[in-house]
Amino acid sequence: MAAPTIERPDTQVRTQTITIAKGLNMALRAALESDPKVLVMGEDVGKLGGVFRITDGLQKDFGEQRVLDTPLAESGIIGTAVGLAMRGFRPVCEIQFDGFIFPGFDQIVSQLSKLHYRSQGKVKMPVVIRVPFGGGIGAVEHHSESPESLFAHVAGLKVVSCSNPVDAYWMLQQAIACDDPVLFFEPKRRYWEKGELDTTVRPEPLFRSRVLRPGATATVVGYGPMIRTCLDAATAAEEDGHSLEVIDLRTLSPLDLGPVFESVRRTGRLIVVSEAPAESSITSEVVARVQQECFYSLEAPVLRVTGFDTPYPPSKLEDDYLPDLDRVLDAVDRSLAW
Amino acid sequence: MSAEHWTRPTPPEPGAPASGSSPGSPAATAAKPTREQVIAGLRATSEGGAELVQLLTPEGERVSRSDFDPDLTSDDLRGMYRDMVLVRRADREGNALQRQGQLGIWVPLLGQEAAQIGAGRALRPQDMAFPSYREHGVAWCRGIDPTELLGIFRGTDHGSWDPLATGFNLYTIVIGNQCLNATGYAMGQRFEGRVGDDDGAATIAFFGDGATSQGDVHEAMVWSSVYDAPVVFFCQNNQWAISEPLERQTRVPLYRRASGYGFPGIRVDGNDVLASYAVTKWALEECRHGNGPVLIEAFTYRMDAHTTSDDPTRYRLADELETWKLKDPIERLRVHLVREKVADQDFFDSVDAEADELAARYREFCFSMATPPPERIFSESYAEASPPVEAQREEYLRYLEGFADQQASAVGGVR
Repeated sequence: MAAPTIERPDTQVRTQTITIAKGLNMALRAALESDPKVLVMGEDVGKLGGVFRITDGLQKDFGEQRVLDTPLAESGIIGTAVGLAMRGFRPVCEIQFDGFIFPGFDQIVSQLSKLHYRSQGKVKMPVVIRVPFGGGIGAVEHHSESPESLFAHVAGLKVVSCSNPVDAYWMLQQAIACDDPVLFFEPKRRYWEKGELDTTVRPEPLFRSRVLRPGATATVVGYGPMIRTCLDAATAAEEDGHSLEVIDLRTLSPLDLGPVFESVRRTGRLIVVSEAPAESSITSEVVARVQQECFYSLEAPVLRVTGFDTPYPPSKLEDDYLPDLDRVLDAVDRSLAW
Repeated sequence: MSAEHWTRPTPPEPGAPASGSSPGSPAATAAKPTREQVIAGLRATSEGGAELVQLLTPEGERVSRSDFDPDLTSDDLRGMYRDMVLVRRADREGNALQRQGQLGIWVPLLGQEAAQIGAGRALRPQDMAFPSYREHGVAWCRGIDPTELLGIFRGTDHGSWDPLATGFNLYTIVIGNQCLNATGYAMGQRFEGRVGDDDGAATIAFFGDGATSQGDVHEAMVWSSVYDAPVVFFCQNNQWAISEPLERQTRVPLYRRASGYGFPGIRVDGNDVLASYAVTKWALEECRHGNGPVLIEAFTYRMDAHTTSDDPTRYRLADELETWKLKDPIERLRVHLVREKVADQDFFDSVDAEADELAARYREFCFSMATPPPERIFSESYAEASPPVEAQREEYLRYLEGFADQQASAVGGVR
């Protein structure tokens, strides 16, 4: 079937200030409008508009058979989405919080990731699973997880994370148009941060990383909620006379490390930043690949700034847990001291 | 609880009868069935209770019921007999091929032919089936040749038929997953407006008694009831989930679970092809008219092992098997055909001859199945490009070429 159209020059509105949440909402609306097979489904996404209001207004305009308020069962959400995809629909599932995705992990790994391969392409799984992730919102247990590496490790899945409103708007539409199953991680602590969206500017492809800020001293790579932190660190580092090149991975699987390699070959130093625990994570993968490809370019070992290898702490302690700009700058200093 | 506890066998409670294991040996590795397992097995040989729908007794006598009176011609009856014989023959050949080392594993359906042929024949072209991994009889009804199933067991593919073209999903090995997938598919049928009249579409999900303990099956029943999905939940209760008897999965007859979700549940004699057909047809009609879902419990027996890797002698009695042999699904239909004079010896001989031909062709096909080339590992892991996977593929193929070069130079060059 043809992928939904996502590049629609909007001649009425040129540039508008939107939040990440608004960008996601606009993207869902655009997808629902452009392809009658797109469905939105999840707990509380319909009448309530989602606990973060990401799906606000959609059920009112598209009806209960396009925007489904589902029973309380994550395995059910993913498992029925698999069946709907087999029937020719393009389901966009919402998992209410990162920590609740695990009942659905079986269906994601056992069926969603494997059906295309199992059937050798006769069955496609154009399913998107949207997951608000990461900490920094003062929440109770299970509401601040960073489980993205668990999914990046599963062959057959693609994993992306937006860091800003423009990417939120385009990347979600691209993920919906993609014929592969996509885990779409949304930085919930950044949902209300703003950016300028010009819908006449063509987006770049989904599975590409991007240099957000050029620099020469060191390369800083991150994704999702940590991009704000990395950019803030780069601004602060300027006062010390260091120019940090900040790269947004955007796609966690498949990784697009070409721009990272090119950057490291110039700067010789790399800091990789993520909220997730360090052990066996996205940062581990980036480090492994960079040392393989850029070994002789490195002036210092690749350093990582991450969450700790503990379960996520009670929220009063999360400021100690989450990487902040001071810890990023500390890593830069340690790299420079090498 | 100290670590020491795990290395000592638990002594029996005072006054309780000894278990089947010998004193001093850990209970879990006893070769003889425990008392509980013997009792469970004996219970499973019950007739299925008063609410069992049966149209053909084990002795081949037709039972008349006003609620289920299928419109079947003599041709249909002979066709059902033929289907069951051929499907059983392919099943026995699969088993034998595994014993000969031609297949890594075989999943036998022996004893469940009537449930599968009955249900399979009730399906209409617009319906979709979601099997587990034992429904070779339903595959047959969907027009899938038995040889198309072999790749899974030979280890050359994960299922080679086209699920959408055949209306039969690829085998789902993770227990119960397919019930949710089927429910989603059925929801899609409803959303497309394909449900509500005589030509409506329906979906059927096959699963076993063991699967009914899995959360996905429960969730599927919740979802299908909430969305009025046109899905028939067809449970083949063959009494055993590997070594776990039915009593390990439920206190209540499985068909009664449906009332907890708010839809009809019905128990049918799964060794009676006429009843299996009639009840499934009714259930599918209910669904395609918009009155779904429905739960069918086909009360049957797993005459062989769970798979060729299993040894049922470790947990069930031969007596049980002998009791169920008296309820054989094919034998009762054969007796009925003879009694009704709608089949003669020529017919039975021709079916047997056809079975022999099928078996020979099946074996031939199996022997000739080649292992695919290494590139196949990388084929179709994604619908769209994935540069890291492509890079791995190229690297591995280059690596393999290195061996070919070495061999070539070793053969042709000077040592």
